[in-house]
Amino acid sequence: MKSPQWILLTAVLALTACHRTEPQAALPAPHAPATSASAPKVAARFEPPAESSMPNDDFGKQIELGRLIFSDTGRYAKAYVGNALTCENCHLDAGRLAHSAPMWGAYPMYPAYRAKNHRVNTFAERLQGCFQYSMNGKAPPLGDDVLVALEAYAYWMSKGEPIGVAPPGHGYAKLPKPTQAPDYARGEAVFKRDCALCHSDNGQGQQVAGRTVFPPLWGAQSFNWGAGMERLDNAAGFIKANMPLGRGNTLTDQDAWDVAYFMDAHERPQDPRFKNSVAETRKAYHDTPYSLYGVAVNGKVLGEGSGHL
Amino acid sequence: MKLFAIALFVCCTLIASSASADTPDGASIVQRGNGHGVAPCMACHAADGGGQAAAGFPRLAGLPQAYLRKQLDDFANGSRTNATMQPVAGGLSEAERDAVAAYYSKLPIPPGAPASASSAASVQLAQTLATRGRWPKGVPACEQCHGPAGIGVGDHFPPLAGQPALYLGNQLHAWQQAARRNDPLQLMQSIASKLNDADIAAISAWYAAQPATLAKEQQP
Ligand code: HEC
Ligand code: HEC
Ligand code: HEC
Ligand code: HEC
Repeated sequence: MKSPQWILLTAVLALTACHRTEPQAALPAPHAPATSASAPKVAARFEPPAESSMPNDDFGKQIELGRLIFSDTGRYAKAYVGNALTCENCHLDAGRLAHSAPMWGAYPMYPAYRAKNHRVNTFAERLQGCFQYSMNGKAPPLGDDVLVALEAYAYWMSKGEPIGVAPPGHGYAKLPKPTQAPDYARGEAVFKRDCALCHSDNGQGQQVAGRTVFPPLWGAQSFNWGAGMERLDNAAGFIKANMPLGRGNTLTDQDAWDVAYFMDAHERPQDPRFKNSVAETRKAYHDTPYSLYGVAVNGKVLGEGSGHL
Repeated sequence: MKLFAIALFVCCTLIASSASADTPDGASIVQRGNGHGVAPCMACHAADGGGQAAAGFPRLAGLPQAYLRKQLDDFANGSRTNATMQPVAGGLSEAERDAVAAYYSKLPIPPGAPASASSAASVQLAQTLATRGRWPKGVPACEQCHGPAGIGVGDHFPPLAGQPALYLGNQLHAWQQAARRNDPLQLMQSIASKLNDADIAAISAWYAAQPATLAKEQQP
């Protein structure tokens, strides 16, 4: 049940595949002491401009299109989406909410070097990755309307921010390491108590009138094995600050780690970078205790079942 | 022989009548009460289950069965307080609660009463709360749980669309005052505590004016 690497490697804060980019590391993030994770600091947080202040011209139209794509991705960027999710599902309040990897926390930090692909990435390239992994779809080509609109939206939202300074509230909360190694059975209990009401007992979420209201957490319609949410640290940070919806920061850190483990110990679509075998793909892209890809949980090697969802 | 036949007859009728007592008839309770002091539901919730807007009696027709069932338990156990409904729910047996919940969940949704007009500012405020929420204060959009246009989602998230404004407002105030404490994960207590009176007036009027079923063109 427990991944043995976990215990060995929790000491190492390995920054490898699919994690938060920490570019321009020279500037320490003022808000993130390594020990206290949870309660977001309220001091001097950047306020994105009000939506009513979008310019009323041709540029404004692109910004507005970006917002629509962000909140209803399957409708406005259909060709590039392969699941039931929207950008907003993981970046709450249309990408405006602190500690939910807001767009105003990301835009001023690009271009950035990313260990995920060992290159300096532009913001547009970062967006491409979201479509490939989180949306389990296809990367829109550079210059495509979808990327231009999303970039215009993020740019507009970041107005007045300094360039290259990670603002407080950027990314997801970084939780301190769990006191006990995350555990499937404890995570399942948290899931039943605090999550199943909305995401359903089988994790597949709920729909009404053909619309997804509560998004799926695993399975064919969720993010794939290459996505950032597949990492336990990202998932635990997101869940702690934002879930249950409207009741963020009510779970203990341990509960957040455990339920993140439970969620990420379920099958989902294959990593698009898959090469030859799960073991090789793990070595190339998931070689961290924060990933369960290629790890045996309850007698099944995760990633092996991606073809049978 | 004759004696045996009579015994058999008595025996069977006893079984039959006790069986029908075990499965009470929802329609009959709704129209005539349960015969043990509980008034007919339709006296307040209307013959078609559509409620009475002016009195703040909610629509029950077409609400999720599990949700209706849970509310009756909650009135009975006091986690939801209301002077009118608590004795009603408390006077129903478990089986009678099952029966009325099943009955109402299957009733067709009646056409709503025309709603009173609100000011443009109030409509704007309500639309923002309904579709975008107020995230800087930690309030999600209502439709993130109550579904598009507030038509309700699954077993746990009741519809808001087409419910009387007075009723909706009463519920939000009840949560603020902890007179209603029956919401799972305290989702509504937490939300209501972050709304002010103007928000409650606006959102209640707005949802009351929404059609209880999605219009065709709103469906994808
Ligand atoms: C399944 C959840 C999920 C979905 C859906 C999703 N993302 Fe993300 N996104 C993440 C995670 C996890 C990260 C990594 C955040 C970190 O490392 O702090 C991330 C990071 C980002 C970043 C960089 C943030 C930063 O601070 O550097 C951007 C920009 C972004 N996503 C945009 C999008 C867009 C646009 C979409 C829709 C096309 C989208 N995301 C869909 C989970 C998601
Ligand atoms: C009250 C309903 C509700 C509860 C309870 C809830 N969620 Fe969510 N969850 C949502 C909604 C709605 C979204 C999408 C948010 C958005 O689009 O703004 C979401 C999004 C998510 C996402 C990102 C999208 C995806 O599908 O991967 C994850 C991960 C998640 N929830 C995990 C959890 C976990 C774990 C719990 C239990 C601790 C939980 N949620 C409890 C409603 C809920
Ligand atoms: C004397 C009037 C009256 C009668 C009779 C009555 N109700 Fe009610 N009912 C109300 C009122 C008033 C409310 C709203 C209570 C509140 O504001 O919390 C209500 C609320 C409810 C609710 C909650 C609905 C929701 O959306 O949460 C249910 C369920 C319900 N009644 C079922 C019944 C049933 C079943 C009967 C018959 C056995 C019945 N009622 C008889 C007045 C009545
Ligand atoms: C995080 C999920 C969530 C959000 C967001 C939410 N609700 Fe609710 N709401 C619920 C749940 C769950 C119930 C049912 C509670 C119960 O079982 O008694 C409910 C019930 C209600 C009821 C009572 C309905 C009835 O028939 O008695 C009202 C009124 C209501 N909500 C109004 C709102 C308004 C207005 C908003 C937006 C400002 C909102 N809700 C947002 C989860 C939510």
